[in-house]
Amino acid sequence: MTRVQSLLRRAGPEIAVTLLLAAFPWFGGKFYVDLATTIMILAVFALSLEVLVGATGLVSFGHAAFFGVAAYAATLLSPKAAAASVLWLLPASVLAAAAFAAVVGALSLRTRGIYFIMVTLAFAQMAYYVFHDTKLGGGSDGIYLYVKPVLAIGGATLVSLDQPLAFYYTTLACLVATFAFLAVVLRSRFGHALAGIRANEVRMRAAGYSTYPYKLAAFVLAGGLAGVAGFLYAVKDGFVNPEILSWHQSGAVLLMIILGGVGRLRGAVLGAFAFALLKELFQSEAIFGPLARHWQLLLGFAIIGCVALMPEGLIGLPAQLRRARLRAGAPRAA
Amino acid sequence: MDLPTFLVQCLNAVQYGLLLFLVASGLTLIFGIMGVINLAHGSFYMIGAYLAYALAPFVAQHLGGGFFTALFLGLVLAVAFGYALEWGFVSYLYERDHLQQVLMTYGLILVFEELRSLLLGDDVHGVQPPGWLTGSVPLGDLMTYPVYRLFMSGVCIAVALALYAVIARTRIGMAIRAGASNREMVQSLGVDIRFLYRVVFAAGVALAVLAGMIAAPVSSVYPGMGNQVLIISFVVVVIGGIGSIRGAFLASLLVGIVDTFGKVLFPQAAGVLVYVLMAAILLWRPEGLFRQG
Repeated sequence: MTRVQSLLRRAGPEIAVTLLLAAFPWFGGKFYVDLATTIMILAVFALSLEVLVGATGLVSFGHAAFFGVAAYAATLLSPKAAAASVLWLLPASVLAAAAFAAVVGALSLRTRGIYFIMVTLAFAQMAYYVFHDTKLGGGSDGIYLYVKPVLAIGGATLVSLDQPLAFYYTTLACLVATFAFLAVVLRSRFGHALAGIRANEVRMRAAGYSTYPYKLAAFVLAGGLAGVAGFLYAVKDGFVNPEILSWHQSGAVLLMIILGGVGRLRGAVLGAFAFALLKELFQSEAIFGPLARHWQLLLGFAIIGCVALMPEGLIGLPAQLRRARLRAGAPRAA
Repeated sequence: MDLPTFLVQCLNAVQYGLLLFLVASGLTLIFGIMGVINLAHGSFYMIGAYLAYALAPFVAQHLGGGFFTALFLGLVLAVAFGYALEWGFVSYLYERDHLQQVLMTYGLILVFEELRSLLLGDDVHGVQPPGWLTGSVPLGDLMTYPVYRLFMSGVCIAVALALYAVIARTRIGMAIRAGASNREMVQSLGVDIRFLYRVVFAAGVALAVLAGMIAAPVSSVYPGMGNQVLIISFVVVVIGGIGSIRGAFLASLLVGIVDTFGKVLFPQAAGVLVYVLMAAILLWRPEGLFRQG
């Protein structure tokens, strides 16, 4: 009983949001269910980057590469005429992303700071041009995934990802699983080692940790989880093109976690929702009229304003407001 | 590849590299001295190109001048714009961490790009080079080379030499070099660092605008042209070593050569080659070719 209570106390908001999302298809229209699916995929993607940026202090500007590699792997590995089984297609896509992350990480972790940012960008651009300029994945036109994978056991199809609702719940399950998995991992010995590296890597080394393997493990983990998001993306739209590996995508996912608040898993999810909803809001002609065509202008101002006014992100906003109120109230109290 | 073709490609490589240098030198100064990662630097290049397009009719009608009057006017506007932008926006970024700088300047890219779309539309435009620069010079028996491209290289070389002279020989150049290696020390020695920052930023903007303006007749003027240049310029800055003008110069020539010859010799892999070069150099020297301080 007490364990349930303590879980409820610690993970109350998470459980509430999960229940809300689970009930959402009953009252949300078709369009909004589709939007929510997209946002949840982005949230998984943002969570995967949070492992690097928030937990380990490594800023990667090439995270879209792993997302894209998994999306392409899912598309290219799917048989043309028959439905693949999720049971092997998902692990295979994630493995492809993780393997690529292992190579990129092993090389780029030799550098640090801004140089690390740029080397990860360079590797992502390489992957982008491989898909863009060669015939491997249909070049710049992209490639279609015709038959969506299914979850079948012994010939009986349990879940077909062709169904929007089934796909919605699959995505929700992936999001919850990723979140819970990361919450456990970051509380483990491994997670504490990563936090130590973020705070002071030299000291960690002096304390006897060989930091390189930890950073590499974090990089591969992040790449693999980005692969989960990439797999979901490919299956959702049934279409991938090189743009999903572009640096704009890497920038957008960085934006999400910073908007939400770096250093908290909740921040990454919140940021993904806030970013996607802001974009939807500014694109709505009903609210902004003709300006909606230039929604990027509004988004640009919103980004600048958010970062300027909320340096700790959305998740840090209550604490920030509390501090501001304390400061304002202090002279009166004294 | 025969000799004339090789020569033409060499000239193209050098011209492209020198143009990159104009953009990258400002970027490396702003990053090395002010510590600001300025993603909006590519936008200044785009603004320059659109200035060349938008100023040409205005200058012809009201001032009776041509390409060079427009160029001069554009540079004056660029310095004023850079100075104002540092005062009103960039100066608030100094105490923020790199991630937030990346975000805020990313927001700036969106703002500039959409303002451009609002004011001038999304069409592709051409810009006429001045009449006496439109011809070509013969190279060998079959090949010719456009005069305007030679002119571009000439301008870039002149600017590079001027930049070198200012940084190596003048008092403000000394303050800039000192600022790149130790900011606090320069400040405590009585250099007005705020003014120095403003000058450096305005100069960086002017260099990028100049690059955009002289590139406009060759590359034409199109939406999103800044983004492409931005990423390549960052590659140049990182290969050369952050804050090093000399490094940026060598790196831009290197990138120009690899990119140009890559497109000729391995068209399939052309896009990748520059990034392979960068990864290889950073794995060999994790802090670039010439790291400052």
